[in-house]
Amino acid sequence: MNKPKKAAILSLLFMGLGQFYNKEKIKGIIFAAIEIFILINIPYFTYSFWGLITLGETPQYFYNGLAYGDHSIFLLIQGIIAVLVIFIFILIYILNVTDAQRTAIAREKGIKPMSFKSFVKYSFDKYFPYIILTPCFILMLFLTVLPLLFSISIAFTNYAAPFKLPPKNLVDWVGFENFRNLVNMPIWNSTFIGVAIWTVIWAVLSSVTSYFAGLFLALLINAKEVKLKKFWRSIFILPYAIPAFISILVMRLMFTGLGPINSIVVSLGFERVPWLTNSTLAKVMLILVNIWLGAPYFMALMSGILTNVSNDLYEAADIDGATRFQKFTKITLPLVFHATSPLLILSFTHNFNNFMIIFLLTSGNPANPAYRYAGDTDILISWIYKLTLEQNQFHMASVVSILIFIFIATVSALTFSKTKSFKEEDLMQ
Amino acid sequence: MTVKIKENKPSSQLQDNGTKSTHHSTKNFKISDIFVKILIYFMLLTISVIVIVPIIWIVGAAFNPGNSLFSSTIIPKNFSTVHFRTLFRETDFPIWYKNTLKIATINMFVSVLLTTSAAYVFSRYRFKGRKFGLMTMLILQMFPSFLAMTAIYVLLLQVGLLNTHMGLILVYATGQIPYNTWLAKGYFDGIPRSIDEAAKIDGASNLMIFRKIILPLAKPIIAFIAITNFIGPWMDFILPRLILRSADKKTLAIGLWEMAVQQHNTKFTVFAAGSVLVAIPITILFIYLQKHIVEGLTKGAVKS
Repeated sequence: MNKPKKAAILSLLFMGLGQFYNKEKIKGIIFAAIEIFILINIPYFTYSFWGLITLGETPQYFYNGLAYGDHSIFLLIQGIIAVLVIFIFILIYILNVTDAQRTAIAREKGIKPMSFKSFVKYSFDKYFPYIILTPCFILMLFLTVLPLLFSISIAFTNYAAPFKLPPKNLVDWVGFENFRNLVNMPIWNSTFIGVAIWTVIWAVLSSVTSYFAGLFLALLINAKEVKLKKFWRSIFILPYAIPAFISILVMRLMFTGLGPINSIVVSLGFERVPWLTNSTLAKVMLILVNIWLGAPYFMALMSGILTNVSNDLYEAADIDGATRFQKFTKITLPLVFHATSPLLILSFTHNFNNFMIIFLLTSGNPANPAYRYAGDTDILISWIYKLTLEQNQFHMASVVSILIFIFIATVSALTFSKTKSFKEEDLMQ
Repeated sequence: MTVKIKENKPSSQLQDNGTKSTHHSTKNFKISDIFVKILIYFMLLTISVIVIVPIIWIVGAAFNPGNSLFSSTIIPKNFSTVHFRTLFRETDFPIWYKNTLKIATINMFVSVLLTTSAAYVFSRYRFKGRKFGLMTMLILQMFPSFLAMTAIYVLLLQVGLLNTHMGLILVYATGQIPYNTWLAKGYFDGIPRSIDEAAKIDGASNLMIFRKIILPLAKPIIAFIAITNFIGPWMDFILPRLILRSADKKTLAIGLWEMAVQQHNTKFTVFAAGSVLVAIPITILFIYLQKHIVEGLTKGAVKS
């Protein structure tokens, strides 16, 4: 057997062996230590996998004042963590085998193996991208991918109040039952469809209105008649600068039933207006408050673009006798559209999941008795909030999350693939 | 009227030179010009009022004695700083402020470091898994979930980071990676590669090119990422409520949110005072840096 093959097989048998065979002691010790660490923890991993598969076998009980038994959700998360750790271990294992083989090949050719120090320096240069990305990779694996896998898993369990709530009860895997229930059970079905329709209407209207309101503000400030442009721009950008949760709460307090707006209305001799408690009016208010909050962002963006539009274009148009309106529709609008249309899509996906404004302004109210745990102004994401943090209906929340994800991912994929900027990028190489 | 027309003479001549417009139509154009001017200023003023009224109202409430939302008039009748005193004596406001400042500052540095280095690598190097990494990041951030919070809670509990600022910062810094990396990568792509290739020929190392060449050229996008990550913790009241369990660890957003929501509005004016103290520094910072923010955002996200 030739040396490279031998080194690879040795490393495959036990991490680090191939490195010792290649007379690279420090590397060998490091790899061997990792393998020993995993071996010591085998009971932990078998327990974790058992937990992941069964989700526990004995519900929690108390004995002499101490709690015993299994907590399904902890077991599920621990199981996923174990899978991720094993995944990293496999990556290191592959690295270990290829490294042993590569060094052995080099040795056969008569190249002296590098000292550990120069090896570190060499790999830092050669594998620079991977080394730089490692912290991001580890962080995202555990704080983004793990929560994501967990959220998806819940859709296939019966984790929900009142009967399947750990630690008192165990949770079970149920396959696609929740998806079937969402389609078949009228109360879930009608809530989902009702909320989803309003979510789409909301996402479209809120994005389009603040986009055009922003464009309008930018054009207004950019008009040649306006003096002190910087002054006006600083005023108009205020809503973007003030922490949004404060301004939304302020709006909520201003428009409550007995709030200051209604006292003005009453003093003018009218009835109190149910700004946030009438279904239709509350929806209109959401859109209006969202314009207040969102238009300055687009204004800032578009004034940047407008000031960059070459004046020659307008002068040429003047010579041709174009009216103000013609200049606007034939020059300004196409240029702005071209530069900002991807942002309009981003804004759509943002508003589709714009939890903060719904939660803080109306909390989804007024309540709708025909809906399950949702109000008239609830969008899918705020419904999910209620399902998880208020009603403990985790299984359905997870199903709805997955559906939102599929929808948003499809919309984004379709629009991004059509965007010029994405095609120019050498991702498509 | 006539004076105005005279003022606009130069441009009307230009109009006459270039077009066949008659004298009559030029005069009409002038009158409509004045009308347009009045209309524009009318709109500017109206919008300014709409923008500013909620702000004045909250500032007024902060200085208005009494604690009811309903008695507050827009301009306070008796100017008083009693709510600010209450805020500092009877609530943990100073502790919240200190905590938030600490979290925001560390989060800013950690996030900028993670994001710019990742974006640099994605922009300048071609390596196995690059395409996959970029696409995965884009897709991952689209998953909406409050369920994820349960997993984060259990994970932090298991590694002993629950109820620590460190845990919260890690969650923040990780959460911003996908979006900001894409943004910064877009910006770096716009910096000509010939610059760093020349440096490479001169023997500069990877890290040196990043530190000495790319970073100084990328100030606007770094400013944008730094500001958004600094401001984030001042606004978020969802994650801190999950992760920070004890009163001495609270951040401003939770403290204020609880005041505004839970007390049947009896603490409204104290909330107003707190909001003013939070909003003022952030607003000033934002207005001061708005040029960078807009530039970073435009060049990172908009392709012309």
